Amino acid sequence: MDIKFTAEEQAFREEVRAFLKAKLPKDLSEKIRTHRQLTKDDIIRWQKILYEQGWGAPGWPKQFGGTGWSPIQKAIFAEECALAHAPGQLPFGLSMVAPVIMAFGNDVQKERFLPRILSADDWWCQGYSEPGAGSDLASLKTRAERDGDHYIVNGQKTWTTLGQHADWMFCLVRTDPNVKKQEGISFLLIDMKTPGITVRPIQLLDGSREVNEVFLENVRVPVENLVGEENKGWTYAKFLLGHERSGIAGVGTNKAELRRLKEIASTEMKNGRPLIEDPAFRARVARLEIELEALEMTDLRVLAAVQQGTSPGPEASMLKIKGTEIRQELYNLIRQASGPQALAYQPEAIEDPEADYIGPEYALTAAPVYFNNRKITIYGGSNEIQKNIISKMILGL
Amino acid sequence: MDFSLTDEQRMLQDTVERLVADQYGFEERRGYMKHPQGFDPAIWGQMAELGLLGVPFSEEVGGFGGGAVETMLVMEAFGKGLVLEPYVASVLTAGALIADAGSDAQKSEILEALVGGELRLAFAHTEADNRYSETLVSTGAEKQGGGYALTGEKVAVLHGDSADKLVITARTAGEADDAQGLSVFLVDADAKGVTVTGYPTNDGLRAANVKLDGVQVGADALIGEEGQTAELIRLTLDRGAFAVCAEAVGAMSKACDITLEYIKQRKQFGVPIGTFQSIQHRMVEMRIALEQARSATMKAAARLQDGTADERRKAVSAAKVQVGEGGQFVAEWGVQLHGGIGMTEEYNLPHYAKRLVMIDHQFGDVDHHLNRFSAMMDMPESA
Repeated sequence: MDIKFTAEEQAFREEVRAFLKAKLPKDLSEKIRTHRQLTKDDIIRWQKILYEQGWGAPGWPKQFGGTGWSPIQKAIFAEECALAHAPGQLPFGLSMVAPVIMAFGNDVQKERFLPRILSADDWWCQGYSEPGAGSDLASLKTRAERDGDHYIVNGQKTWTTLGQHADWMFCLVRTDPNVKKQEGISFLLIDMKTPGITVRPIQLLDGSREVNEVFLENVRVPVENLVGEENKGWTYAKFLLGHERSGIAGVGTNKAELRRLKEIASTEMKNGRPLIEDPAFRARVARLEIELEALEMTDLRVLAAVQQGTSPGPEASMLKIKGTEIRQELYNLIRQASGPQALAYQPEAIEDPEADYIGPEYALTAAPVYFNNRKITIYGGSNEIQKNIISKMILGL
Repeated sequence: MDFSLTDEQRMLQDTVERLVADQYGFEERRGYMKHPQGFDPAIWGQMAELGLLGVPFSEEVGGFGGGAVETMLVMEAFGKGLVLEPYVASVLTAGALIADAGSDAQKSEILEALVGGELRLAFAHTEADNRYSETLVSTGAEKQGGGYALTGEKVAVLHGDSADKLVITARTAGEADDAQGLSVFLVDADAKGVTVTGYPTNDGLRAANVKLDGVQVGADALIGEEGQTAELIRLTLDRGAFAVCAEAVGAMSKACDITLEYIKQRKQFGVPIGTFQSIQHRMVEMRIALEQARSATMKAAARLQDGTADERRKAVSAAKVQVGEGGQFVAEWGVQLHGGIGMTEEYNLPHYAKRLVMIDHQFGDVDHHLNRFSAMMDMPESA
């Protein structure tokens, strides 16, 4: 048993660090560090920088223009990016639809879509959840009916993250209403410029506008945009869920936020002393750091197993549960550390990095970030669903 | 990054797991507890025969030359069987301290007999007023003639009543909490002035209070350098804490298995209670607590093996916190998910629960280690 990284892995880490130091734009890292809103251009700019470096798709095999990195390398890259406050790469194209196209799409689809995902020329969004289909995703009702060379799609998707910027949506639709609910679903790629699509933003409790409702009314989708076989969409959706999960513990981001929490608690004063010297508060920070260190080891144990060819499987559900619980507690402590100055609500300043605001920089976003991150135990399969998965797949209940 | 075991480690693990599986059934264990020492000397003899009593010691004294990973494997297996023998007291704390700092004469006299199963030790450090402190020692050792006279009282000395010799911490100089002036002595348990009062513990083990009333020892009773053993004591306590962490991981894993099996069998409302989501989710949380405790313990093993003293102390404290809370979580929910049968002396699960809870009372509890970790916590440069 050796928990040290190898010399090659260490050298790789240095290479990533050097790249980030040279190529990560300061305005972007500052926005991430201070939890400001990124624009569409910000996200595309960073993806193109990675693309030019040849690191546009850390999770893809080399044949499609990916890095071909090992699971450990991917984890190192993700951690260094998080610690350097690099923007996250948009997952919808890179790590959600792309693996499905690679595994089940035809050659035309691979050539048409994959390069444009890699270069950030296409922006993808996810058409999964519906008003009546959340955790019970397979009960989705959006219909796709065949009409010659087209499907006619009618229905509504919701919680579509950053769909307001999207060029394409990968969408689960019902193509056969007369069979078991899982067996009548297909996986369609829909051009967001197609007539009949309306995107309506939903404002979240923190004031942000990152999710949307997407209404589909007689939307004509060419049959060539069906991935794989008709009515096999549920298989592909489940495959995607298994794929979405490397890096799911978010260890790097949690480390970066822990550092920020300590900085804030060292700046905020309590009874004339830095808050971090208050034993009660300090103990809560220490407890969280201990939990995070344990999660890092759990993550590495799963990674090492993946590296040796075991599939991440349901163990990833544990990482999702713990990783999100820790993250939420980090934001909880950051909010509390910010004290009474966390009361001020100043959305204009969060959106516009040039705008003036009242109070310290960290207090500006402390409460909104806390509220916004209630989402992380809900999305990607709620933590309750993750527990159901572990219960069934690991415990055999 | 490699979490796999070497062939030798795997063999060691097989050996211990087989011993536990073959000899430590629930009913057998109840029988062993009836022995006056609180364990079966015959099993101790078997452990000697299998080479287990020499795991952390050098080959010169008949040992196996194992490190923290080997300790972890042994203790995890022991935890699964709730093993009663004084392995932590004799081998992993008092024995390891002598291996570290003892004179050649002490090593050959004590360790060979220990490895052979002929001699048992206990580590006497805790005092009624020092709680879990490493350096707050009131027991005094006064220079007298060519040797020392020891006076004071040690409490909760794990397996102190079955030890032939006691490894005792005492102050030869300095005051109250000074790190300087701490010494360690090897004292016969039946020496004049030593009063050992043994008692059972709430988890079925044994402990003792040890009263020292002007106990005369020679200069050769000193282990290590006079007044300079604070780091040795810290290391020994960390080894003890780490050992019970690994034991707890074994006990948590067994408690989870027992509970899982039970909720699959137990029927209410016409169905196994494991079909109820509220019970499934609790079971999942128990398993997550186990994996987190295991991870923290593995990290502590790595740091004990090749970390600096500070890295070791931080990682051991982190593990003891993670295990302390996680172990209690598994203990309490294990009992709860069992319902009434989980409350009974005649069933196995409650005994795991008791051990898991009482482990927090050994080598520093959650609060102690959280404070220790907190004091050592890294702060960002800009802060």
